[in-house]
Formats: sequence, C-alpha cells, structure tokens
Amino acid sequence: MWWLPAAVARDTFMPPAATEIASKVDDIYAFLLWGSLLSFIILIGGMIYFVWKYKRQTGSDKTAYITHNHTAEFLWSFIPFVVFMFAFAWGWIVYHEMRSFPDNALEVHVIGKKWDWRFLYKNGKEITTTFDSANKAQAPTMVVPLGRAVKLIMSSEKMNPKGDDPTDRPVLHSFFIPAFRVKQDVVPGRYTAIWFQADKLGEYQVFCTEFCGAQHYAMQAKVRVVSVADFEAWLSSEGNADLSLVDKGRALYASKACIGCHTLDGVRGVGPSFKGLFGKEEAMDDGKKIMVDENYLRESILDPQKTIVATYSKPSPMPPFAGQLSDDDLSAIIEFIKTVK
Amino acid sequence: MSTVKIDSQGLAHAAHYDNHEHEYQTGKQGVWLFLATEVLMFGGLFVGYAIFHHLFPEIFAVGSKFTNWKYGTANTVVLLTSSLTMALGIHFIQVGKQKAAFWNLIVTILCGAIFMGIKYIEYSHKIHLGLMPGSWFTGNPDILAQEIGMSADAIPANLPLYFSFYYMMTGLHGFHVLIGMGAIAWVTWRLKRGDFSTQHYTAVEGVGLFWHLIDLIWIYLFPLLYLV
Amino acid sequence: MAHSNSPKSIYKILFALPVVVGILAVVKLMHPAVAIVIAVLAVILAVLDLILLKTDTSKHDYLHAGAGLYSWLSTLDHKRIGILYFVTVMIFFLVGGIFAMLIRTELFSVGATIMTAEQYSRAMTYHGAVMVFMVIIPGIPAFLGNFFLPLQIGAKDVAFPRLNLLSWYCLLAGSAVAFSSLLYGGADTGWTFYTPYSVQLRPAVVLMISGAFIIGFSSILTGLNFVATTHKLRAPGMTMNRIPLFVWALYSTALLQVLATPVLAITLALLAMENIFQIGFFDPALGGDPVLFQHFFWFYSHPAVYIMILPAFGVVSELIAAFSRKTIFGYTAIAYSSVAIAAVSFFVWGHHMFVSGQSEIAGVVFSALTMLVGVPTAIKLFNWLATLYKSSINLASPMLFAMGFMFLFTIGGVTGIFLATTALDVHFHDTYFVVAHFHYVMVGGTLMAIVGGIYYWFPKMFNKMIHEGLGQISFFFIFVGFNVTFFPQFVLGAMGMPRRYFDYLPEYQHLNRVSSLGSYMIGFGFVVALIAVIEALRSNRLAGPNPWGAKTLEWTIQSPPIHDNFEKTPIVTAGPYEYR
Repeated sequence: MWWLPAAVARDTFMPPAATEIASKVDDIYAFLLWGSLLSFIILIGGMIYFVWKYKRQTGSDKTAYITHNHTAEFLWSFIPFVVFMFAFAWGWIVYHEMRSFPDNALEVHVIGKKWDWRFLYKNGKEITTTFDSANKAQAPTMVVPLGRAVKLIMSSEKMNPKGDDPTDRPVLHSFFIPAFRVKQDVVPGRYTAIWFQADKLGEYQVFCTEFCGAQHYAMQAKVRVVSVADFEAWLSSEGNADLSLVDKGRALYASKACIGCHTLDGVRGVGPSFKGLFGKEEAMDDGKKIMVDENYLRESILDPQKTIVATYSKPSPMPPFAGQLSDDDLSAIIEFIKTVK
Repeated sequence: MSTVKIDSQGLAHAAHYDNHEHEYQTGKQGVWLFLATEVLMFGGLFVGYAIFHHLFPEIFAVGSKFTNWKYGTANTVVLLTSSLTMALGIHFIQVGKQKAAFWNLIVTILCGAIFMGIKYIEYSHKIHLGLMPGSWFTGNPDILAQEIGMSADAIPANLPLYFSFYYMMTGLHGFHVLIGMGAIAWVTWRLKRGDFSTQHYTAVEGVGLFWHLIDLIWIYLFPLLYLV
Repeated sequence: MAHSNSPKSIYKILFALPVVVGILAVVKLMHPAVAIVIAVLAVILAVLDLILLKTDTSKHDYLHAGAGLYSWLSTLDHKRIGILYFVTVMIFFLVGGIFAMLIRTELFSVGATIMTAEQYSRAMTYHGAVMVFMVIIPGIPAFLGNFFLPLQIGAKDVAFPRLNLLSWYCLLAGSAVAFSSLLYGGADTGWTFYTPYSVQLRPAVVLMISGAFIIGFSSILTGLNFVATTHKLRAPGMTMNRIPLFVWALYSTALLQVLATPVLAITLALLAMENIFQIGFFDPALGGDPVLFQHFFWFYSHPAVYIMILPAFGVVSELIAAFSRKTIFGYTAIAYSSVAIAAVSFFVWGHHMFVSGQSEIAGVVFSALTMLVGVPTAIKLFNWLATLYKSSINLASPMLFAMGFMFLFTIGGVTGIFLATTALDVHFHDTYFVVAHFHYVMVGGTLMAIVGGIYYWFPKMFNKMIHEGLGQISFFFIFVGFNVTFFPQFVLGAMGMPRRYFDYLPEYQHLNRVSSLGSYMIGFGFVVALIAVIEALRSNRLAGPNPWGAKTLEWTIQSPPIHDNFEKTPIVTAGPYEYR
C-alpha cells in the first residue's frame, strides 16, 4: 500500500511539475521520501524505545553480552543495498531520459554572463534584461511553445565581450528551472545543453545555481510557456529581429572567407563542404570517430589543428579563429552550417 | 616527550619508545608514509600531464623540441651518481668509516648543486626565448620556429600550456632538490658532530630515502618532458 | 588555583589587546582585517595563559609538568598539544559561528538588510573555509584524537611528537595567512574555489588558497603521525582487533589524510600558479579545462568529507558503549566499515558534478559507487541501535549528544541517498537541500560528536565534571535549534531556492525566518556549552579516574594523566568493551 501515501504527497514541497520528466522525478522523490521516513522510524523509533526500555536502574546493572548476530547483520546490510541499487537504477533511467535529446527540438541559444541571461532565437530575436520606467531591471523572459521539445544550447561569455581586461573572464553559471526539474552548468569555452518539453501553460522561474560572484542571486530569468499559435505569433512579431542567426552566419561565411575552402554544394574543397556536415560521423586522424556536433564545430573553428578528419591534410591550412569571432558570431556560423543540408 | 633513555644495547632513544630499534622502525615507517604523500602530490601533476597530453599531443611534441636532451641526460647522470654516493654514505656509516661517509655526502650535495646549475642554464635559455608559462609566454613564433627548424605555422597556439607543465613539474622537483640538499647538509653536519654510529643512523637513512625519491621522480620527468 | 611557581601572567594584557585593536580599527588607525588577525591570536594566547594560572608544580600531572606560556608553546606532550588544538579550534569555531550568524541574519528578510551582496559572498566564503579547514577537519582528530589516541592504545606519546607540534603551528600559520586575505578585500569564491571564478587574479584569493595549502600540511602531518602511532606504539597485547573503535576511526581518517590531502596540496598550488602566472591548466582561453579543477578538487574534498565524519563515528561508538554499559555490537563490522568508507570515498568524487557537463556514463558510475557508501553507513547505525538492545542506558549529557547524533545523522544519511540518485540530484544540486544535507552530516554529525566527546572526556582531561544541568540545557538548545534551522532548508531546497544567494524570492521568506531563528538557538546552545566548560574548569567537582565506569585504557589511569600517561606500560588481555 506504499503507493497510497506516495500518491497523496508525490511532490511534497516541490514546485508543481510542468513537464513529464518532472513528474517522473517526483515519483522517485516520493519513493525516497517514504523510504526515508520508514527507515527513520525504524532507527530512531527503535533508539527512543530502547532508551526508555533499558534505562539504567541501578549503578550495578548487568547487560547482555551480544557481540554479533549474522542474520540481523546480513539483513541490515542487504536490504539497504537492494533499496539503494533500486534508487540508483530508477534515477539512472530518468537521468538517461533527461540526457537524451529529441531530434526535432526547437533550439534556443542561452548565453550567461555576470550577471544576466540572454536568449537568442534562430530568427535572430534576442531577449535580454530590460528596464522599466523606474529603471528597475526586469528579468529576461524566454518564450517557448507548449508541448514541443525545446533544446537550450548554452555558453558563457565575459562581462565585456569586446574588452581585453585579463581579470574579466567568462565564469561558470548553471541554468536551473525548478518547475521542469532540469539544471545544467554553463561552462566557458564550450557548449552545454539541456532540453525540456513543457506541458503546462504558465510562467516559470529560472535561477543561476553556480556561484558566479556577488550578484549571483540576481541572475534570474523567466520561462513563459504559451500555446504554439501564440508562440509563432510572438516569434515573428515583437522584438529586434534584425538578422536571423542563420542569415548572420551566412554573412560571416562570406565575409570571413570561409567560402574559399568550404563549399555548400557537397563538392570537397580544401576543407570539407558544409553540405550535410552537421550530424555526420567522421573518422579522425587519431582513429577515433567523432560525430560533428556544435562542440566539434566550435573547436574546429577556434582551433582547427586540434582534431582533424583523417582524410584531410595535417597540419590544416585553416587559420585559428580564436579571438576573432564573438560567441554570438560562432553560434551564428554553426546555426548556418546546420541549415546546409 | 623529550626525555632520552638508554636501552639494553646502550643506544639512546626517545622515552616513548621501547628501545632504539623500535624508534628506528617507527621513524622509517614515518619516512615511507611521507614519501607516499610526495608521490601522490606529484601524482596529481602526472595525471594532469596525462590528460593534457591526451587532449593536445602536438604541444608536447613541439614543446619538447625546445628542451635539450643533452642537458637532460647530463642531469640524469648527475642525479643517479648522487643516489649512489648517498647510498654509499649510509653504507660507510654502517661499517664505521665516518670519514668516507662524510665525503660521499659532500659529493651528493655537490651533485645536487650541479643539477641545479644545469637547470639554471636551461631555464635562462628558455626565459630568453620568451618560453614562459601561460599568459607570460612572449615567444615570437618565427624565432621559435627557426630555433627548432620548423615552419612558424607549425607552432601550436596553446604551446604555452606545455611550458606551464614544464615549469610546474621541474620547478616543484627543483624545489625538492633544494630541500634535499639542505637535509643532506644537516645530516652531514650532524655526522661531523658525531651524532651517528654504526648502530644509529636513522636520520641519514630517512634523508637518503627522500633523496632517492627525488631521483626517481626525475627519472619519470626526463622522458615525459624531454623525449616525448 | 595556586599561583605558585607561575611566571607573571600576561592574560589581562592579551585580553585587552582585542579591545585596543578594535578601537584602533573603529577610529580607522588600523585596517579592520589586521585587527581581526591580532585579536584572534591574542585570544588564543590569553586562554592558554589562563590555563597556566593553574600551574602548580607540586601536582604530578601533565597540566603541571611545566610552567609558563613558553612551556605550552614548545610542548611535545600529545596531551598538551591536544589542549592547544582545543583552544584554537574553539576560537575558530567562534569566528566561523559569527559568520554563520551574520549570514542567517542577512537572510532573515527579503532584500539587503545588514550587509551588501559583496560582503555576503565574503561572509559565506569565510564561514565555509573556517568551519571546514580550521574547525571540523582538525576538530576531532587533532584535538580529541591527539589527546586520547595514545592513551587508548597504551602509548606514552604519538610516534613523532615534534611533527605533532609542527602541525599545530602549520594550522596557526595557515590560518593567519588565510585571514590575512581580509587585508586585500577578502576572498569571495566560496570554500570550493571553483575555476574560472577563482582565477581572476585577485590577491585575496591567492592568500586564502595559500592558507588552505599550509593547513593541508597540518592535516597531512597529523595523519602520518597517527598511522605510525597506531601501527607501532600499541601496548603489549593491544592487537588491531582490541583497539577501541575511536582508534579505528582515527586510523581510517589518518589514512585518508595521508592519501588525499597531497592531491589538494597540488591542486591548490596549481590554482595559486594559475592566479599568479595564468599557467592555463584551468583556463579555456589557453586550452585548459575549468571542469578539470572540479575533478581535482573533489578527488580530495570528497574523502575530506569522511575525514570530517569518520572520527565522529568513533566518538559515538565510545559514548554508546560507555553509557549503555554494554559491549559494542559488531565491533568488526564497525571497524571495517570505517575502512570500507575510507576506501570507497576515493571513487565517488564525481557525484558533486552530475550537472557540470561530465558524461552521462561518468555520472551513472559515480552514482552507483556513492550508493555503495550508504551500505557501511547503514551498518554502523544499525550496530549502534543493536548495542542499545538489552543494555543499561545512562542518559547523561554526553549520551544525549550521542543519541542526538544518531537522530540527525540518520536524516543527513537518508537525504544523501536523494542526492546520490542522479535524476533527483539534477533538481537538488546547489540548492538549499544540499546545504541542509551537509549541515545535518557535518554539524548534526561531527559537531554533536565533538561536544559529546568533550563532555565525556573532560573529566579525564581536567579531572573536573561538567555540570549536568548545563550539559543538558546546551544539548536542548543545540539539538532543537539545529532542527529548526536546517529542516526548513530541505523544504526551501525542494522548492528550488539555490544556495549562496544573498537575496531570495518573497515566497521563501517565511521558512528563512524560521531557519534564522533556529540559528540563534544553536548559537545560544553553544554559548551554554562554553559556559559549561568554563564553569567546570573553575568548579571543585573532582571526577576521579573513571566517573563513567568505562572500560577503555584511558580510564584506568589517574585524572588528569601524568606526563608519561602510564606509571607502568599496560599489558592488554581483552577487547575494549568487556562489560560482562
């Protein structure tokens, strides 16, 4: 009958679950909550009972001489072991789901810096912190459609991306949406990602959960879940969509002279053609197989020598672009490459 | 517990030990435990080396070209010699030839000094070229390329990382050589004062073990930094 | 309270010093940070000097074996070094506690109340660093362990008395260096020093790291000393399966200190170099990896968690056996589970990093290994429970703390399983749930054991009994206050409130207020405990050699022990808990 109390208080203290995965997390939580309560009652109830029952009567009490009991010892080692392994396996299953990205997710770039979040949609729409009439900061609000998987591609940048102050460095952040039960560190120098699929309309809190300096607590944002129709309308209407990410990437493709070595029609140049490049599995010069994803593209643009596909010459003639492209430029080029199919 | 007692064999020992042999065995175990912590500390660096070597093999390939295997080999020979003289020093104390022991220990210290001298030459050459760790690196790719007879675009952008390892590892090791030299000077002075006998040489043996460990670490550093 | 043969006492001057530097700091003639460092050192010396007032060389015990401040500062007696640690750790605990109170007071209400966000991140950093490096890690091993490890195995001293004293000086020197970071505006990285935030070239951070580095040597030297002592200095007949469980716990801890701390040393050295030379190991701009630091750091710091809790297990085993007057159930299981926890603890560091970007498979492996640590921990709890069965329980104040330990540690333990479960940890990671969990383990576990241990062994250290009423009052406030403070934090964490937040959403205020009020209760409880200790020192309630009727070796000798501990080396013929 353990499910009965569990069903009553599946998400005790937790914010209401707004995704399917969040409900699955709550199931594990409920299981552990009631398991903990039970073991607490056994241990501490037993302790209190013994303290009461075996209270010292005289100064010369004799006590039982019991050194061990194999059955009892086996039971209290084995039962916890089984329960722990059960919790582990269940946790793994749900964790695996959290880490398995659906193919057709809506992708949004999330950029963290000291101390705010910025959201970049593929059509170039950018959501940043705004200020109201009293100059009070309003947390940026990411808008996502109901019932559709959303993948966040996250990176960290300096406070002043154009500056060269050596003490100004991109630092760790962590993107946490309590109602979705997802969280992922944002790590300088690479992309990290999470995904979710909201199944409840509403506005949800976002926190930064990796200490990033004095204003860490103020690094908040919101996620607003709206219907698909509202989302499409929102995406195309308001805001400052000057150039879509892909268009910006295409412009950089031309202006940075990528075009000289990388074709778009599948013909192999000095370097690989961008056609169908993203998502392809390539054999590298060190014999490893790597799937071409955001992080591989990022690495290859910034430091082309690092990992080279086996069939290309080494050292690569491509110049390193580290320090020449901003994080947004990089994201734009990568988004552009992803569209060349 | 600073009081001293004399055991049945006529040997002095601190009062909280049963006898001199007990003190000797305990002291030796203490030294071994200390050596274990040293190995683990260097171990951290070796793990870091392994990770970055895996990530960026090219910087280690290029970086090691700036080290001179002749200096490295010379230093290896010097340190191996010093380990031998250290062991001989302990041996001569055990057989009561204090004078021979004294000179062997002196040679050991001198070998340490030669090692540091050669390191000084190597360091100053690198610093002259601007081969400094991390963001202090000021080497000009063209000059560097000329130095090792390669083209300038073969110099990896993150070459400074190699020198971070080079200076951290040899620097920490060099620091230990200096400490070791100080420790040997201390036991040499105590030997001269007449603290040791054929049965009592705990401190010399402890210092000797430490010196052998320093030697051993160099035996690993040499191929990892000079020959890769 | 004879004053004979005592050199002129200077404690009044030393106690006046903090007032003087305080005034100088207020009128801005002295940097407040310098004032803090001077005040802390002056109070340590003053308390030591107060103990000296009792110096009466006509008595034959370790307290009277030498006179004057110098005889303490140069002592090689493990018991005196233990007392040096006692005083030092208590004062650092006071400092760390003041930071804790400041934090809780700030969080009492929404919005900035008593400090700025910059000051808050410093308060949180110093609270963590002081409590971890200067209080809890040396707390049991270096203080209670130093005093009682040799006594419990029938030795005259630890193996290397000079190293023992040196490690106390390392703690002092390291602490002074760490506090001197206040001169440069204070470190604000949190005690975990995560890169790249910690490598923004700030001198305060370098000093804090260097301080922790030096304190690390203190820990290594103590560990090395205890391993050699346990191996080599046991009395005749004291085989490894007859040593008390406190010794087993200290021995496992010492192994961890020897094996894990050097890795912290090299990690902190690399971090300092990163700040000074920007060597780039942890810097993505130079090809390094910021997450690598977390691997290195937790490779030490997770075993360090067990450096903090294992000795507490040892203390509780002693308390439960002595106050239930019954042989401990499952001696071997408790002893070996300590070693097992120590061994497995080297392979679980990645459970701090489930959301750091490490691979899924790494997370899964670390999760499974972490679950394994739960098993020996559960075994210990059940063994203690079984020891109570058919025993004769005297619920004196040390035993109250042992029972309080079991209560709080059970909660701390089961919530550890929540955090070891990968999918759940994604939600709880870096929220107040984690804060509550590790306070239940570190404070509810270790600090309860320290206070219980002090009450239990105080009669042996000073031949005076703690006032039972004061002991019980302090237990009541610490225990109740602790739950009032930290239980709401589990709820806050589940609701999603992240840790290290200077300010929070209005809906979290209610529980934060409860938590802050609880923290004042804990503070009051510790003040009562301090009063109990001072009152007992000044009282005339002589304890005699064995007031509790316990069986381990330290209770067979006079209180306080003589300089050489044992008149005659004991011959051991039975296990430590033969209550028949």
